Amino acid sequence: MRFAFTEEEDNFRDEVRKFLKSELPNNWDGVAGNNLEEGASDKEWDFALEMRKKLADKGWLTMAWPNEYGGQNASMMKQVIFAEEMTLARAPGRDGFGIRMLAPTLMIHGTEDQKTQYLPDIAKGNVQWCQGYSEPESGSDLASLQTRAVEDGDDFVINGTKVWTSSAHRADKMFILVRTNPEAPKHRGISFLLIDDMKSEGIKVNPIIDMAGRHNFNMVTFDNVRVPKKNLVGELNRGWYVGATLLDFERSGVEYSSRCMALLTELIEFATTNKRGGKYISEDPNITKEITEIYTEINVSRGMSYKIADMQSNGEVPNKESSMSKLFGTILEQKVAALGMQILGMYSQLGPESKHNKLKGKIEQEFLSTVSATIAAGTSEIQRGIIATRGLGLPKP
Amino acid sequence: MDLSLDETQQMLKNTAKDFFATECPETHVREMENDKDGYNKQLWEKIVNQGWLGVPFDEKYGGFGLTFLEFCILLEEAGRVLLPEPLFHAVLLGGMPINIFGNEKQKDELLPKIISGESIATLAFHEEDDSILPSSIQCQASMSTNGYTISGTKMFVPFANISDMIITIARTGDKDTDLSAFIIPSTAEGVSISELSTISSDKQSVINLDNVQLPATNMLGQKNKGWELVEQIFSFAAIGKSCEMLGASEKVLEGTVEYAKTRTQFGRPIGTFGEIQRHCSEMATIVEGTRFVIYEAAWKLAQNKNADKEVSMAKSWTSDSHKKVCAISHQVHGGIGFTKEHWVQLYSRRAKAAEIAFGDGNYHREKLSKLLGL
Repeated sequence: MRFAFTEEEDNFRDEVRKFLKSELPNNWDGVAGNNLEEGASDKEWDFALEMRKKLADKGWLTMAWPNEYGGQNASMMKQVIFAEEMTLARAPGRDGFGIRMLAPTLMIHGTEDQKTQYLPDIAKGNVQWCQGYSEPESGSDLASLQTRAVEDGDDFVINGTKVWTSSAHRADKMFILVRTNPEAPKHRGISFLLIDDMKSEGIKVNPIIDMAGRHNFNMVTFDNVRVPKKNLVGELNRGWYVGATLLDFERSGVEYSSRCMALLTELIEFATTNKRGGKYISEDPNITKEITEIYTEINVSRGMSYKIADMQSNGEVPNKESSMSKLFGTILEQKVAALGMQILGMYSQLGPESKHNKLKGKIEQEFLSTVSATIAAGTSEIQRGIIATRGLGLPKP
Repeated sequence: MDLSLDETQQMLKNTAKDFFATECPETHVREMENDKDGYNKQLWEKIVNQGWLGVPFDEKYGGFGLTFLEFCILLEEAGRVLLPEPLFHAVLLGGMPINIFGNEKQKDELLPKIISGESIATLAFHEEDDSILPSSIQCQASMSTNGYTISGTKMFVPFANISDMIITIARTGDKDTDLSAFIIPSTAEGVSISELSTISSDKQSVINLDNVQLPATNMLGQKNKGWELVEQIFSFAAIGKSCEMLGASEKVLEGTVEYAKTRTQFGRPIGTFGEIQRHCSEMATIVEGTRFVIYEAAWKLAQNKNADKEVSMAKSWTSDSHKKVCAISHQVHGGIGFTKEHWVQLYSRRAKAAEIAFGDGNYHREKLSKLLGL
């Protein structure tokens, strides 16, 4: 057992910190509602792309990739440190869809042509991908998806609707799960396709504005959209399993704890320097208790993530551990935001647009935007089900 | 960052797990609840023969020459079976203060006895005002011609009934923190011990000290430095207790999941019901989160690094989490779980005692808040 990083890891952490300090604007404190790293406005988005290119130049974007694809095969802990520092600094520019999801899938299931065509652009940070998975009638039960792709000559023709598609309005391309055999059992009639141009005829991206007033999610409709057959990844009707492929990249969920710590640090600073009713806010015993509880829970959450990275380092495959980390970490995000609202009192009602706001109205944004934390990417209920059945071996309901 | 056990640690864990599974079944725990001494001498001898009382102590005293971390691994396994024998106390409340604060003569003389089981020492801190503050110590040690005369009343002293040495914290000056530690033989004139009947059926006592005469050489550590001893030993003890709770939490989780798989209602195992799955996944997540915070603190303490924050985080978290795990277990077990014949109540009664020992959640949150500058 060793609860400390190696000298090399500490040095790497310093290097990332220095880089971020020099590249981020002075007093950078992230975009409003820091669970959305790229931000929602055009200006934030442009800055995120700029950062992404710089991270690509540093080789950090692809550090988890195998050497043969130009990566560094970086250790799990190095990946954790990178994720931690990026999140603590609230720095934009990491590429969840391209770097972490599609690229590993292509490395395993893609044809040589697909690898040559797509991987270099992803590695350089030149292209934005989005993920077409959820549908209006297929949320937690994703395998019931109905978006249909029918073979027609050299093409597939796609019809249907995808929803909750993050960044679809910014994306150049989409990887999508479609039904190619409606007769087969639901998991065995799905295929994984690549859509090369989001501006293709028949694709319509409709914004979904979230309760924080931001535009990140979309509903995307497909009306006879043609995709060449060479864009099929893996075998026909095996798309469910292609989509479920996970390369051995770090997936500790360390972002939950570092995101919370970034915000809590700011809240502690605020509560110890601002007064209400003649007393520092931090002198309120209720506030003190909550701060210390949450500080402790952040450490618990960080520990869960380190455990996952440690398992992966040892060649073990995390299963219930990832669900626990997500379940605990996302509830924690909501708790920190709620604590922030309490600390700001009456001012917690004011968002970024108000000239009377405190902490730039960020807490209100955080409070509203973290409602989705326990829903997106597998609801808390789904995580608990995984823990209970796959983790603890309880019988399926 | 490496969360795996090394070879020695893994071996120690396996040995302890097997040993306790055989030697400390539920029947033994129940038997000791009503035992006069609260522990079984034959089993204690076997534990001593494993060398476990010497795990964190130097080889020159007969110890293993390992660290506090390895001892924590043992405690986790002891906690899993609710070991009644005084492994925790003999090492952390008896051996540890002497090892850290004793002079060479005291260490040479006393540590081998503690490690070999010939002697058992305990720590007497609490008094009528049960807070963990220097000011709650009223017990007075006055200088006399031959040394010190000590008078006062100590409360909640664990295993005083079987200890031959009571390490007693007493007042030696006017300032709040003018406290010193003394090694009082339990047979000394003026010492009277009366047992308390506790929620966890363990052995805690009230000790009345009536003009107990001690030579000055029985002082442990420097004069007026007793509070430092308390703070350090309480840190070790808080983490040691957390390890016991972790082992117990794991056992409660396992047993509860097993019950949920086998208990049938409405024609199917109750573990198929969403509410029960929710309870079980909640327990599992809590237990998963507990291990890291405890062992991070244990590792830091073993490495002599500052672990003030980590200790308070670990003890406040575990005090509450273990209690919660036991409460959920009761809920899953329904009626049978709150009967005396069932095993869950053995755990939940002890969970309460462990929660409040060496600082409860609120105490450690208060400490943490100061460390955070609140």
